[in-house]
Amino acid sequence: MSDNLLDIKDLNIFFKSDKNPEPIHAVRDLSFSLKQGEMLGVVGESGSGKSITNLALMGILGDSAVITAKECKFNGHDLLNLKEKELQKIRGGEIAMIFQDPMTALNPFLTVEFQIVETILAHLNISKSEAKNRAIELLAQVGITSPKERLKSYPFELSGGMAQRVMIAMAISTGPKLLIADEPTTALDVTIQKQILTLIKSLQEKNNMSVILVTHDLGVVSEFSERVQVMYAGELVETGLTKDLIKNPHHPYTYGLLSSRPGAVERAPKSPLASIAGIVPAFHQRPVGCQFNPRCEAVQADCKIGNIKIDNGVRCLHPMKGALK
Amino acid sequence: MKTSIDQILKVDSLHKTYEIKKLFKPTLKLNALSDINFHLDKKETLGIVGESGCGKSTLAKVLTKLEARTQGEITLLGKKYDEILAEEFHSKIQMVFQDPYQSLNPRKKALDIIADPLVINTKIEANERRDLVMAMMKKVGLRDEFALRYPHHFSGGQRQRLGIARALMLHPEVLILDEPVSALDVSIQAQVLNLLLELQLEFNLAYLFISHDLSVIQHMSDRILVMYLGRVVEYGTRDQIFNNPLHPYTQILLESAPKTNRANENQAIVVKGELPSALNLPKGCAFEPRCPFATAACKESVPLLEIKQGREVACFEAR
Repeated sequence: MSDNLLDIKDLNIFFKSDKNPEPIHAVRDLSFSLKQGEMLGVVGESGSGKSITNLALMGILGDSAVITAKECKFNGHDLLNLKEKELQKIRGGEIAMIFQDPMTALNPFLTVEFQIVETILAHLNISKSEAKNRAIELLAQVGITSPKERLKSYPFELSGGMAQRVMIAMAISTGPKLLIADEPTTALDVTIQKQILTLIKSLQEKNNMSVILVTHDLGVVSEFSERVQVMYAGELVETGLTKDLIKNPHHPYTYGLLSSRPGAVERAPKSPLASIAGIVPAFHQRPVGCQFNPRCEAVQADCKIGNIKIDNGVRCLHPMKGALK
Repeated sequence: MKTSIDQILKVDSLHKTYEIKKLFKPTLKLNALSDINFHLDKKETLGIVGESGCGKSTLAKVLTKLEARTQGEITLLGKKYDEILAEEFHSKIQMVFQDPYQSLNPRKKALDIIADPLVINTKIEANERRDLVMAMMKKVGLRDEFALRYPHHFSGGQRQRLGIARALMLHPEVLILDEPVSALDVSIQAQVLNLLLELQLEFNLAYLFISHDLSVIQHMSDRILVMYLGRVVEYGTRDQIFNNPLHPYTQILLESAPKTNRANENQAIVVKGELPSALNLPKGCAFEPRCPFATAACKESVPLLEIKQGREVACFEAR
């Protein structure tokens, strides 16, 4: 029995389709764990499998998905073998999620009050008026001014930042142990982004809640989460403490990602940026061996065969040494 | 007023007001752009930063004549905007859009998309057009066989290259880039930015580079215009703006941007509140309700741009 809140071992996600006889392998041998009260940053580009993993944890992937894992434990429950009833208690109750675009995540036809109270009543055994009071408390807690009046608002009357605050209020209304934040600030301006991330961080510390923060922005991760994992084409390629990984990336992909950021290293203005050639391979064209080998500058013959295991937090046969340049 | 030869584009007290009409209600006026002044020199990049609603995209639309201006004068290569004929205008100034998924016609092949500006504005024969398109595709890093494919065959980065190729077909002098890399993945962003830098040198282009990403702006721009709610709040060289920002909004914007290499661990400054509605602007400085340094004077009147430490800044408190 470990003291981890979440333990995932060798998670694989496939998608069946009528067109292809071979199922699409979207996430490959993903293992990670999360302690109570810890924030984990997940970085990756589109197609890296970061969102699909979260949807699988929430059990909302749909029928075409096949999920297998050696272990997929959350707080003592085996997430993959729960009955729908039990899963419903966990989903939204013990694991909550907020999404990238708060405007499309909220129902445009219903008031803020209806949507928050509905969530609370689904999970807690309290009366409707108690739930309403709790909704007011929650809105105040996430920094919405005049929460009583805001309860009557419809989503279109809220700004993007406020809508995201409402989403957060809904997510924490049931006192979840784990909050999955999938690109929570990508649609927001930088000054609002900072407010929202600071809010999530303070709730994490106050409620001793675990957070999985998915983002494509390495800057966000390095400022807010202690630990980070980098995903590429359905695989976890590198994981470690954020401050070490940012300074000394070992996987060529992480290295490329960091050095291609304008402003990451001292560079004359308007001089060429380091860049990673090529694009992320499509799901049905994934290479054999290391998934990054067609784009890697340090590729060698052994990178193109077999399955590469993750070793010391890096999935690479020829990891890079030395600091970021 | 002097107009030096180096100034390609000059904008003088430009205003853009939208009227919002509702039945049985008084017409509201939304000032999307108020008193904008700037100029763009040959071969330089002017970065425009600001958050959503600050008017940066409206500015791009007015400059490309997609929207009519309400007031003010724009001069392109010494000629007033109203006096330039459409064909000449489009061969001087072109635009690249933010979303490469929505700005390309899905029913047209790449070849036809890129050739469109030539079809509309010139009388070049089809054969010659084809050669010109092929040459341009090579320049932006698209292979020959892509010419007959439809946009959905292309990745985001490739689509943006298509958009850039289309904009360059008439060999314009000014390219307006409206968030050209925001929709792209991080590893692809650098590829497109590098392409833009190469093309600028090769074709002697002047860029008006609109972005909300400060690290991109810092890398690409020579001079920078910072906007807030339709007004210019600070206007200076890259080094002035990034090394020594004077306007509190510029300071907070720079401070808020997430960095991988933050020097000091202090993350204390979080700006309060959100953008006020553009229909109901404060009487004084638009940033006053959120500003940590605001005084009584800021509530009373709008600060105008003044030259302080070699750059223009609109703040009473800036020294």
